[in-house]
Amino acid sequence: MSGEVTKVIDQKTLWEGGRSPFSVSYGKMMMWFFLISDALTFGSLLGSLGFMRHKYIDTWPISETIFTHFPLTHAHLPLMYVAFMTFILIVSSVTMVLAVEAGHRMDRKGVTKWLFWTVIGGVIFVGSQAWEWSTFIAGPDGDITTWADNATLTQNFYGRGFGADNPIAGPVQYSQFFFFVTGFHGTHVVSGVILNFIILLNVLKGKYEGVGHYEMVEKVGLYWHFIDLVWVFVFTFYYLV
Amino acid sequence: MKRDDIIEYSLGAGHSEEEGKVIRKKIWFVTALLSIVTLVEVLLGVFGVGMGIPSIVIKFAFIVMTVAKAGYIVMVFMHLGDERKLMKYFILLPYAIFILYLLFLLFFEANALVPTLLS
Repeated sequence: MSGEVTKVIDQKTLWEGGRSPFSVSYGKMMMWFFLISDALTFGSLLGSLGFMRHKYIDTWPISETIFTHFPLTHAHLPLMYVAFMTFILIVSSVTMVLAVEAGHRMDRKGVTKWLFWTVIGGVIFVGSQAWEWSTFIAGPDGDITTWADNATLTQNFYGRGFGADNPIAGPVQYSQFFFFVTGFHGTHVVSGVILNFIILLNVLKGKYEGVGHYEMVEKVGLYWHFIDLVWVFVFTFYYLV
Repeated sequence: MKRDDIIEYSLGAGHSEEEGKVIRKKIWFVTALLSIVTLVEVLLGVFGVGMGIPSIVIKFAFIVMTVAKAGYIVMVFMHLGDERKLMKYFILLPYAIFILYLLFLLFFEANALVPTLLS
Protein backbone atom coordinates (compact mmCIF):
# COMPACT_ATOMS: atom_id res chain seq x y z
CA MET A 1 0.00 0.00 0.00
CA SER A 2 2.81 2.42 0.82
CA GLY A 3 4.03 2.04 -2.70
CA GLU A 4 0.82 3.53 -4.03
CA VAL A 5 1.40 6.88 -2.36
CA THR A 6 4.68 7.56 -4.07
CA LYS A 7 3.55 6.32 -7.48
CA VAL A 8 3.01 9.10 -9.97
CA ILE A 9 -0.42 8.78 -11.60
CA ASP A 10 -1.05 10.78 -14.72
CA GLN A 11 -3.85 13.33 -14.73
CA LYS A 12 -5.94 11.39 -17.24
CA THR A 13 -6.18 8.38 -14.97
CA LEU A 14 -7.23 10.58 -12.10
CA TRP A 15 -10.77 11.82 -12.39
CA GLU A 16 -9.87 15.49 -12.75
CA GLY A 17 -8.10 14.56 -15.94
CA GLY A 18 -10.64 16.16 -18.24
CA ARG A 19 -12.22 12.88 -19.25
CA SER A 20 -15.26 11.06 -18.02
CA PRO A 21 -14.60 7.68 -16.39
CA PHE A 22 -17.93 6.61 -17.86
CA SER A 23 -17.29 7.82 -21.42
CA VAL A 24 -20.43 9.91 -21.37
CA SER A 25 -20.92 13.64 -21.44
CA TYR A 26 -21.77 15.61 -18.34
CA GLY A 27 -25.31 16.38 -19.48
CA LYS A 28 -26.23 12.77 -20.16
CA MET A 29 -24.88 11.63 -16.81
CA MET A 30 -26.81 14.32 -14.97
CA MET A 31 -29.98 13.27 -16.77
CA TRP A 32 -29.38 9.71 -15.53
CA PHE A 33 -28.86 11.00 -11.97
CA PHE A 34 -32.11 12.93 -12.16
CA LEU A 35 -33.92 9.87 -13.49
CA ILE A 36 -32.61 7.71 -10.63
CA SER A 37 -33.98 10.15 -8.05
CA ASP A 38 -37.26 10.46 -9.93
CA ALA A 39 -37.51 6.69 -10.17
CA LEU A 40 -37.07 6.47 -6.41
CA THR A 41 -40.03 8.84 -5.96
CA PHE A 42 -42.21 6.72 -8.23
CA GLY A 43 -40.91 3.54 -6.62
CA SER A 44 -41.90 4.72 -3.15
CA LEU A 45 -45.30 5.91 -4.44
CA LEU A 46 -46.04 2.49 -5.89
CA GLY A 47 -44.67 0.88 -2.73
CA SER A 48 -47.08 2.86 -0.58
CA LEU A 49 -49.87 1.95 -3.01
CA GLY A 50 -49.09 -1.70 -2.32
CA PHE A 51 -49.12 -1.00 1.40
CA MET A 52 -52.58 0.59 1.28
CA ARG A 53 -53.84 -2.24 -0.88
CA HIS A 54 -52.91 -4.72 1.78
CA LYS A 55 -54.27 -2.55 4.55
CA TYR A 56 -57.69 -2.61 2.83
CA ILE A 57 -57.26 -6.06 1.33
CA ASP A 58 -60.97 -6.93 1.67
CA THR A 59 -62.47 -3.74 0.25
CA TRP A 60 -59.88 -2.51 -2.27
CA PRO A 61 -61.63 -2.16 -5.65
CA ILE A 62 -60.69 -4.35 -8.61
CA SER A 63 -59.59 -1.97 -11.38
CA GLU A 64 -60.83 -4.03 -14.32
CA THR A 65 -64.39 -3.67 -13.01
CA ILE A 66 -64.04 0.14 -12.93
CA PHE A 67 -62.07 1.12 -16.03
CA THR A 68 -64.46 -0.47 -18.52
CA HIS A 69 -65.32 2.58 -20.61
CA PHE A 70 -64.11 3.48 -24.07
CA PRO A 71 -64.72 6.80 -25.83
CA LEU A 72 -67.56 7.01 -28.37
CA THR A 73 -69.04 3.69 -27.33
CA HIS A 74 -71.09 2.27 -24.47
CA ALA A 75 -69.64 -1.20 -24.84
CA HIS A 76 -68.20 -2.96 -21.79
CA LEU A 77 -64.46 -3.01 -22.58
CA PRO A 78 -62.47 -3.60 -19.38
CA LEU A 79 -58.98 -2.03 -19.40
CA MET A 80 -59.05 -1.57 -23.19
CA TYR A 81 -58.62 2.18 -23.07
CA VAL A 82 -55.74 1.99 -20.59
CA ALA A 83 -54.16 -0.65 -22.83
CA PHE A 84 -54.60 1.74 -25.76
CA MET A 85 -52.93 4.52 -23.75
CA THR A 86 -50.06 2.18 -22.85
CA PHE A 87 -49.68 1.27 -26.51
CA ILE A 88 -49.64 4.97 -27.53
CA LEU A 89 -46.90 5.67 -25.00
CA ILE A 90 -44.84 2.67 -26.13
CA VAL A 91 -45.19 3.79 -29.76
CA SER A 92 -44.14 7.35 -28.90
CA SER A 93 -41.16 5.87 -27.07
CA VAL A 94 -40.29 3.98 -30.26
CA THR A 95 -40.55 7.11 -32.41
CA MET A 96 -38.27 8.82 -29.88
CA VAL A 97 -35.62 6.10 -30.09
CA LEU A 98 -35.85 6.35 -33.89
CA ALA A 99 -35.28 10.12 -33.60
CA VAL A 100 -32.18 9.43 -31.48
CA GLU A 101 -30.99 6.89 -34.06
CA ALA A 102 -31.52 9.41 -36.87
CA GLY A 103 -29.61 11.96 -34.79
CA HIS A 104 -26.63 9.59 -34.61
CA ARG A 105 -26.56 9.60 -38.41
CA MET A 106 -26.89 13.43 -38.45
CA ASP A 107 -30.10 12.95 -40.41
CA ARG A 108 -31.96 16.19 -39.65
CA LYS A 109 -35.05 15.25 -41.67
CA GLY A 110 -35.37 11.94 -39.83
CA VAL A 111 -35.00 13.58 -36.42
CA THR A 112 -37.67 16.14 -37.30
CA LYS A 113 -40.11 13.50 -38.50
CA TRP A 114 -39.75 11.13 -35.57
CA LEU A 115 -39.62 13.87 -32.93
CA PHE A 116 -42.81 15.33 -34.40
CA TRP A 117 -44.61 11.98 -34.02
CA THR A 118 -43.28 11.68 -30.47
CA VAL A 119 -44.85 15.03 -29.58
CA ILE A 120 -48.13 13.93 -31.19
CA GLY A 121 -48.08 10.67 -29.20
CA GLY A 122 -47.49 12.58 -25.97
CA VAL A 123 -50.38 14.94 -26.69
CA ILE A 124 -52.71 11.99 -27.40
CA PHE A 125 -51.65 10.39 -24.13
CA VAL A 126 -52.30 13.55 -22.07
CA GLY A 127 -55.68 13.96 -23.75
CA SER A 128 -56.53 10.32 -22.99
CA GLN A 129 -55.58 10.83 -19.39
CA ALA A 130 -57.90 13.87 -19.17
CA TRP A 131 -60.71 11.70 -20.53
CA GLU A 132 -59.80 8.91 -18.09
CA TRP A 133 -59.90 11.35 -15.17
CA SER A 134 -63.26 12.83 -16.14
CA THR A 135 -64.71 9.33 -16.55
CA PHE A 136 -63.36 8.31 -13.15
CA ILE A 137 -64.60 11.51 -11.45
CA ALA A 138 -68.04 11.07 -13.04
CA GLY A 139 -68.41 8.07 -10.78
CA PRO A 140 -70.69 5.05 -11.02
CA ASP A 141 -73.62 7.00 -12.48
CA GLY A 142 -71.41 8.53 -15.19
CA ASP A 143 -72.69 12.06 -14.57
CA ILE A 144 -69.83 14.50 -14.04
CA THR A 145 -72.09 17.45 -13.16
CA THR A 146 -73.33 16.02 -9.83
CA TRP A 147 -70.42 16.74 -7.53
CA ALA A 148 -72.16 15.22 -4.52
CA ASP A 149 -71.59 11.63 -5.58
CA ASN A 150 -68.53 11.81 -7.81
CA ALA A 151 -65.16 10.27 -7.04
CA THR A 152 -62.91 12.91 -5.45
CA LEU A 153 -59.96 12.95 -3.05
CA THR A 154 -62.33 12.68 -0.09
CA GLN A 155 -64.88 10.22 -1.45
CA ASN A 156 -64.78 7.08 -3.54
CA PHE A 157 -67.87 5.30 -4.72
CA TYR A 158 -66.01 2.46 -6.34
CA GLY A 159 -65.75 -0.60 -4.14
CA ARG A 160 -64.99 -4.28 -4.46
CA GLY A 161 -67.66 -6.06 -6.44
CA PHE A 162 -68.67 -2.71 -7.87
CA GLY A 163 -71.08 -2.77 -10.77
CA ALA A 164 -73.52 -0.36 -12.38
CA ASP A 165 -76.41 -1.91 -10.43
CA ASN A 166 -74.36 -2.53 -7.30
CA PRO A 167 -72.42 0.57 -6.17
CA ILE A 168 -70.39 -0.11 -3.05
CA ALA A 169 -68.12 2.56 -1.55
CA GLY A 170 -64.46 1.51 -1.30
CA PRO A 171 -61.51 2.99 0.61
CA VAL A 172 -60.91 6.63 -0.23
CA GLN A 173 -57.20 5.83 -0.76
CA TYR A 174 -58.14 4.17 -4.03
CA SER A 175 -59.15 7.48 -5.63
CA GLN A 176 -56.37 9.37 -3.83
CA PHE A 177 -53.74 7.06 -5.33
CA PHE A 178 -55.45 7.24 -8.71
CA PHE A 179 -55.24 11.04 -8.74
CA PHE A 180 -51.77 11.24 -7.26
CA VAL A 181 -49.99 8.48 -9.18
CA THR A 182 -51.53 9.14 -12.60
CA GLY A 183 -51.44 12.89 -11.94
CA PHE A 184 -47.75 12.85 -11.03
CA HIS A 185 -47.04 10.75 -14.09
CA GLY A 186 -49.23 13.05 -16.21
CA THR A 187 -47.22 16.06 -15.00
CA HIS A 188 -44.11 14.31 -16.24
CA VAL A 189 -45.76 13.65 -19.60
CA VAL A 190 -46.77 17.31 -19.95
CA SER A 191 -43.27 18.54 -19.17
CA GLY A 192 -41.85 15.85 -21.46
CA VAL A 193 -44.06 17.03 -24.33
CA ILE A 194 -42.93 20.63 -23.72
CA LEU A 195 -39.25 19.60 -23.68
CA ASN A 196 -39.66 17.52 -26.84
CA PHE A 197 -41.40 20.44 -28.52
CA ILE A 198 -38.60 22.86 -27.61
CA ILE A 199 -35.99 20.43 -28.96
CA LEU A 200 -38.08 19.94 -32.11
CA LEU A 201 -38.05 23.71 -32.66
CA ASN A 202 -34.27 23.72 -32.17
CA VAL A 203 -33.90 20.90 -34.70
CA LEU A 204 -36.05 22.83 -37.20
CA LYS A 205 -33.85 25.88 -36.67
CA GLY A 206 -30.82 23.70 -37.40
CA LYS A 207 -29.18 24.37 -34.06
CA TYR A 208 -27.69 20.90 -33.65
CA GLU A 209 -26.19 20.91 -37.14
CA GLY A 210 -24.11 23.80 -35.87
CA VAL A 211 -23.23 22.06 -32.60
CA GLY A 212 -22.13 19.00 -34.54
CA HIS A 213 -24.19 16.36 -32.74
CA TYR A 214 -27.76 15.58 -31.74
CA GLU A 215 -27.08 14.63 -28.14
CA MET A 216 -29.81 16.95 -26.87
CA VAL A 217 -32.34 14.69 -28.60
CA GLU A 218 -30.77 11.75 -26.77
CA LYS A 219 -31.04 13.56 -23.41
CA VAL A 220 -34.72 14.46 -23.73
CA GLY A 221 -35.13 10.97 -25.17
CA LEU A 222 -33.87 9.49 -21.90
CA TYR A 223 -36.51 11.48 -20.04
CA TRP A 224 -39.22 10.44 -22.47
CA HIS A 225 -38.32 6.73 -22.20
CA PHE A 226 -38.34 7.09 -18.45
CA ILE A 227 -41.95 8.31 -18.64
CA ASP A 228 -42.83 5.22 -20.65
CA LEU A 229 -40.94 3.07 -18.14
CA VAL A 230 -42.89 4.52 -15.21
CA TRP A 231 -46.19 4.04 -17.01
CA VAL A 232 -45.39 0.35 -17.54
CA PHE A 233 -45.19 0.02 -13.76
CA VAL A 234 -48.23 2.21 -13.04
CA PHE A 235 -50.24 0.15 -15.55
CA THR A 236 -49.26 -3.07 -13.81
CA PHE A 237 -49.57 -2.02 -10.20
CA TYR A 238 -52.58 0.27 -10.40
CA TYR A 239 -54.68 -1.28 -13.15
CA LEU A 240 -53.68 -4.93 -13.43
CA VAL A 241 -52.51 -6.47 -10.17
CA MET B 1 -13.92 22.71 -15.81
CA LYS B 2 -14.18 25.10 -18.74
CA ARG B 3 -16.73 23.19 -20.74
CA ASP B 4 -19.47 21.15 -19.13
CA ASP B 5 -20.17 19.15 -22.26
CA ILE B 6 -17.18 17.23 -23.56
CA ILE B 7 -18.00 17.10 -27.24
CA GLU B 8 -15.83 14.05 -28.02
CA TYR B 9 -18.22 11.69 -26.22
CA SER B 10 -21.19 13.18 -28.00
CA LEU B 11 -19.52 12.92 -31.40
CA GLY B 12 -18.38 9.37 -30.68
CA ALA B 13 -22.01 8.28 -30.32
CA GLY B 14 -22.63 8.58 -34.06
CA HIS B 15 -22.96 5.64 -36.41
CA SER B 16 -23.12 4.94 -40.14
CA GLU B 17 -26.08 4.14 -42.39
CA GLU B 18 -25.38 0.36 -42.30
CA GLU B 19 -25.11 0.27 -38.54
CA GLY B 20 -28.33 2.29 -38.40
CA LYS B 21 -30.17 -0.44 -40.33
CA VAL B 22 -29.18 -3.07 -37.74
CA ILE B 23 -30.16 -0.76 -34.88
CA ARG B 24 -33.55 0.02 -36.45
CA LYS B 25 -34.23 -3.68 -36.91
CA LYS B 26 -33.57 -4.20 -33.20
CA ILE B 27 -35.86 -1.27 -32.32
CA TRP B 28 -38.77 -2.75 -34.30
CA PHE B 29 -38.17 -6.17 -32.76
CA VAL B 30 -38.37 -4.67 -29.25
CA THR B 31 -41.48 -2.70 -30.25
CA ALA B 32 -43.26 -5.88 -31.31
CA LEU B 33 -42.13 -7.62 -28.13
CA LEU B 34 -43.39 -4.83 -25.83
CA SER B 35 -46.74 -4.66 -27.64
CA ILE B 36 -47.25 -8.42 -27.45
CA VAL B 37 -46.37 -8.53 -23.74
CA THR B 38 -48.80 -5.65 -23.05
CA LEU B 39 -51.55 -7.48 -24.95
CA VAL B 40 -50.89 -10.68 -22.99
CA GLU B 41 -51.03 -8.70 -19.74
CA VAL B 42 -54.40 -7.17 -20.61
CA LEU B 43 -55.87 -10.49 -21.71
CA LEU B 44 -54.60 -12.15 -18.55
CA GLY B 45 -56.08 -9.31 -16.48
CA VAL B 46 -59.49 -9.56 -18.13
CA PHE B 47 -59.86 -13.34 -18.65
CA GLY B 48 -57.25 -14.81 -16.26
CA VAL B 49 -59.49 -15.29 -13.23
CA GLY B 50 -62.34 -16.62 -15.38
CA MET B 51 -60.04 -19.27 -16.84
CA GLY B 52 -59.35 -20.59 -13.37
CA ILE B 53 -55.72 -19.50 -13.12
CA PRO B 54 -54.83 -18.89 -9.44
CA SER B 55 -54.63 -15.16 -8.73
CA ILE B 56 -51.18 -15.47 -7.12
CA VAL B 57 -49.84 -16.95 -10.39
CA ILE B 58 -51.45 -14.11 -12.37
CA LYS B 59 -49.94 -11.49 -10.06
CA PHE B 60 -46.44 -12.92 -10.29
CA ALA B 61 -46.83 -13.25 -14.05
CA PHE B 62 -47.70 -9.53 -14.19
CA ILE B 63 -44.63 -8.62 -12.16
CA VAL B 64 -42.31 -10.81 -14.23
CA MET B 65 -43.67 -9.40 -17.52
CA THR B 66 -43.43 -5.83 -16.24
CA VAL B 67 -39.82 -6.23 -15.14
CA ALA B 68 -39.00 -7.84 -18.51
CA LYS B 69 -40.59 -4.86 -20.30
CA ALA B 70 -38.69 -2.43 -18.07
CA GLY B 71 -35.45 -4.26 -18.83
CA TYR B 72 -35.95 -3.93 -22.59
CA ILE B 73 -36.88 -0.23 -22.29
CA VAL B 74 -33.85 0.61 -20.15
CA MET B 75 -31.31 -1.53 -22.01
CA VAL B 76 -32.40 -0.92 -25.62
CA PHE B 77 -34.45 2.28 -25.76
CA MET B 78 -32.41 4.15 -23.18
CA HIS B 79 -29.19 2.63 -24.58
CA LEU B 80 -27.96 1.63 -21.15
CA GLY B 81 -26.92 -1.70 -22.64
CA ASP B 82 -24.50 0.19 -24.91
CA GLU B 83 -22.91 2.20 -22.10
CA ARG B 84 -19.79 1.19 -20.21
CA LYS B 85 -20.15 -1.56 -17.65
CA LEU B 86 -19.16 0.86 -14.88
CA MET B 87 -21.88 3.31 -15.92
CA LYS B 88 -24.46 0.50 -16.01
CA TYR B 89 -23.77 -0.61 -12.45
CA PHE B 90 -23.37 2.96 -11.27
CA ILE B 91 -26.99 3.60 -12.27
CA LEU B 92 -28.66 0.28 -11.57
CA LEU B 93 -27.05 -0.82 -8.30
CA PRO B 94 -27.87 2.20 -6.08
CA TYR B 95 -31.45 2.14 -7.36
CA ALA B 96 -31.81 -1.59 -6.83
CA ILE B 97 -30.40 -1.35 -3.30
CA PHE B 98 -32.77 1.44 -2.25
CA ILE B 99 -35.88 -0.10 -3.78
CA LEU B 100 -35.15 -3.59 -2.47
CA TYR B 101 -34.59 -2.07 0.97
CA LEU B 102 -37.89 -0.19 0.73
CA LEU B 103 -39.71 -3.36 -0.32
CA PHE B 104 -38.03 -5.29 2.49
CA LEU B 105 -39.27 -2.69 4.99
CA LEU B 106 -42.78 -2.73 3.54
CA PHE B 107 -43.01 -6.51 3.56
CA PHE B 108 -41.61 -7.05 7.01
CA GLU B 109 -42.53 -3.93 8.97
CA ALA B 110 -45.99 -3.42 7.47
CA ASN B 111 -47.10 -6.60 9.24
CA ALA B 112 -46.53 -4.76 12.48
CA LEU B 113 -47.89 -1.46 11.26
CA VAL B 114 -51.17 -2.47 9.64
CA PRO B 115 -52.92 -3.82 12.77
CA THR B 116 -51.76 -0.70 14.66
CA LEU B 117 -53.24 1.56 12.00
CA LEU B 118 -56.50 -0.34 12.00
CA SER B 119 -57.10 -0.31 15.74
